[in-house]
Amino acid sequence: MATQHSRAAARLMNAPAVFVLLVWMLIPLCMTIYFSFMDYRPLRGVADCCVGFENYERFVTSSSFLSSVGTTLLMVGGILAITVIGGVLLALLLDQPIWGQGIVRILVIAPFFVMPTVSALVWKNMFMNPVNGLFAYLWKFFGATPIDWLSELPLFSIIWIVSWQWLPFATLILLTAVQSLSSEQLEAAEMDGASALSRFYYIILPHLGRAITVVILIQTIFLLSIFAEIFVTTNGAFGTRTLTYLVYQRVLESQNIGLGSAGGILAVILANIVAIFLMRIVGKNLDN
Amino acid sequence: MGRITLDKVAKSFGEVNVIPPLDLTIEDGEFVVFVGPSGCGKSTLLRLIAGLEDVSGGQIRIDKVDATHTPPAKRGLAMVFQSYALYPHMSVRKNIAFPMKMANVPQAEQDKRIDYAAKVLNLSDYLDRRPGQLSGGQRQRVAIGRAIVREPAAFLFDEPLSNLDAALRVNMRLEISELHNNLKTTMIYVTHDQVEAMTMADKIVVLQAGVIEQVGSPLELYQTPRNLFVAGFIGSPKMNFFKGADAAGHDAATIGVRPEHLTVSTTEGLWKGTVGVAEHLGSDTFLYVHPETADTVEDTITVRVDGEMALRHGDTVWLTPQDGKTHRFDGAGLRIG
Ligand SMILES: Nc1ncnc2c1ncn2[C@@H]1O[C@H](COP(=O)(O)OP(=O)(O)OP(=O)(O)O)[C@@H](O)[C@H]1O
Ligand SMILES: [Mg+2]
Repeated sequence: MATQHSRAAARLMNAPAVFVLLVWMLIPLCMTIYFSFMDYRPLRGVADCCVGFENYERFVTSSSFLSSVGTTLLMVGGILAITVIGGVLLALLLDQPIWGQGIVRILVIAPFFVMPTVSALVWKNMFMNPVNGLFAYLWKFFGATPIDWLSELPLFSIIWIVSWQWLPFATLILLTAVQSLSSEQLEAAEMDGASALSRFYYIILPHLGRAITVVILIQTIFLLSIFAEIFVTTNGAFGTRTLTYLVYQRVLESQNIGLGSAGGILAVILANIVAIFLMRIVGKNLDN
Repeated sequence: MGRITLDKVAKSFGEVNVIPPLDLTIEDGEFVVFVGPSGCGKSTLLRLIAGLEDVSGGQIRIDKVDATHTPPAKRGLAMVFQSYALYPHMSVRKNIAFPMKMANVPQAEQDKRIDYAAKVLNLSDYLDRRPGQLSGGQRQRVAIGRAIVREPAAFLFDEPLSNLDAALRVNMRLEISELHNNLKTTMIYVTHDQVEAMTMADKIVVLQAGVIEQVGSPLELYQTPRNLFVAGFIGSPKMNFFKGADAAGHDAATIGVRPEHLTVSTTEGLWKGTVGVAEHLGSDTFLYVHPETADTVEDTITVRVDGEMALRHGDTVWLTPQDGKTHRFDGAGLRIG
């Protein structure tokens, strides 16, 4: 887009798309903001306008708010830790020349194509079920009492299920990064007397820095809105109620749209704070 | 100390036999250059010595100790790669310090050696920069610095100058030669640049398809090439070869005359021809003469004449080889006499 003319034309042609996107995004956002200042409970026929910040106050001061924020952070952090560490290890493994490399790589990526609801149900019923689950059989085989995963270790179970879904994504991005490392650098380090562990720490890990930040950034954005996995497994019980889930409960279970909308807006603000924070780190990591 | 002995060292990649069994001795303090056409196994041989590839057979001894299965780090050799292979996220100082850090050298000693290397290589002003902020020549010097601080038994260079421009290459060539004079450490240097090989080497090893064709000092190779391949490979421009009656007159299957050993005359001589292209370099002129009477292997005879000589395209010339400068080869391509 070199000339002034072509730049103007480009803007003109982009305009409809930008407009649609804006409308698409802005209308729901504005309506949510509007609702959040209303006392709006349709089943009771209440729709009073303009109660000020009452909804926000109620949402924030309720005991579930802080615990849900904590749960969200714990869940996102846990999943990030597992996927990044697991992703790095898997990427290094998949980079080795092995027989049937193509098929193995496709298999590793497969979980990413399974819908969240389906994968959560499969894990819940086929693996984690305390009576019929595979884990239960495994535990019994070794003479141990089967664990009722979803009620005894609910948060960990959900973290595990979601990590399973996102591990392929992290692996894929990190694998391309591993493959772009020049072998001469590793050979130079080897000649310089670096052990395999030092080579990993001093050469490979810094090289993966960018890819890791990208993985963390993208995953965080998606993980903050985990819903299906919680919905079909614990229904938000046993301390697995994240902020997203709390909003859902306020709107649909308590039928309080005003309160839920206030929560939604708060979630948007919190997510933006996290995003800005992450962008800073990424920006620092990307320019060198 | 750095005396390296290769004893029947061979290497094959699967079915492909890249280096048939080969013997070579590199004396302590020698500057040895491996030359040969692309794909002849120079890098492979260097990587075998470095330990980055496993040998398929034979033995590598460094200072009389069998090092065939010693891991690269334990061989006490330092390598400078063609792509420099600097660590991009570390400063120049950290790059140079890396091998010492891996060897747990005390900090004071590290600083001393870094300062020394930086001084020798003119890097003092750049120590806190990242490799990405350096020019090609500076990066090359950092790579050499990283090798120097290890105080290795021998340096291995794999075409270290091929990414540099011509002027810088001349500079770095001198710097590396100077470094060798100062350190007196064994250096093995891979290149396919004639000039680098001739000017830097104490000993040149000419390779073809993994086989050593000749080992000797630059002048030995220039004056008494052992066979046709070496004769054609060493020297620039290439040696002219004559066959048939011209060679038979010398009791040989092929004779060779270097471009600088042909006398040019516009009136009389042994072979008559017309000048095709004339390359004027200033100091010298290279004439590519299309022969009329000579039985040459190639289409043209290359002649090197004085830059002052006023010969142009289309001129008729007579060429005569200078006395005692004719190389004779038998039917198998080996040197006679
Ligand atoms: N890892 C490998 N697997 C199979 N063949 C290889 C491998 N590495 C090198 N070769 C082959 O070995 C031969 C020698 O390669 P090498 O890199 O030593 O050549 P070279 O003399 O350094 O050439 P150049 O001057 O182009 O660098 C080549 O024919 C190459 O195809
Ligand atoms: Mg090579």
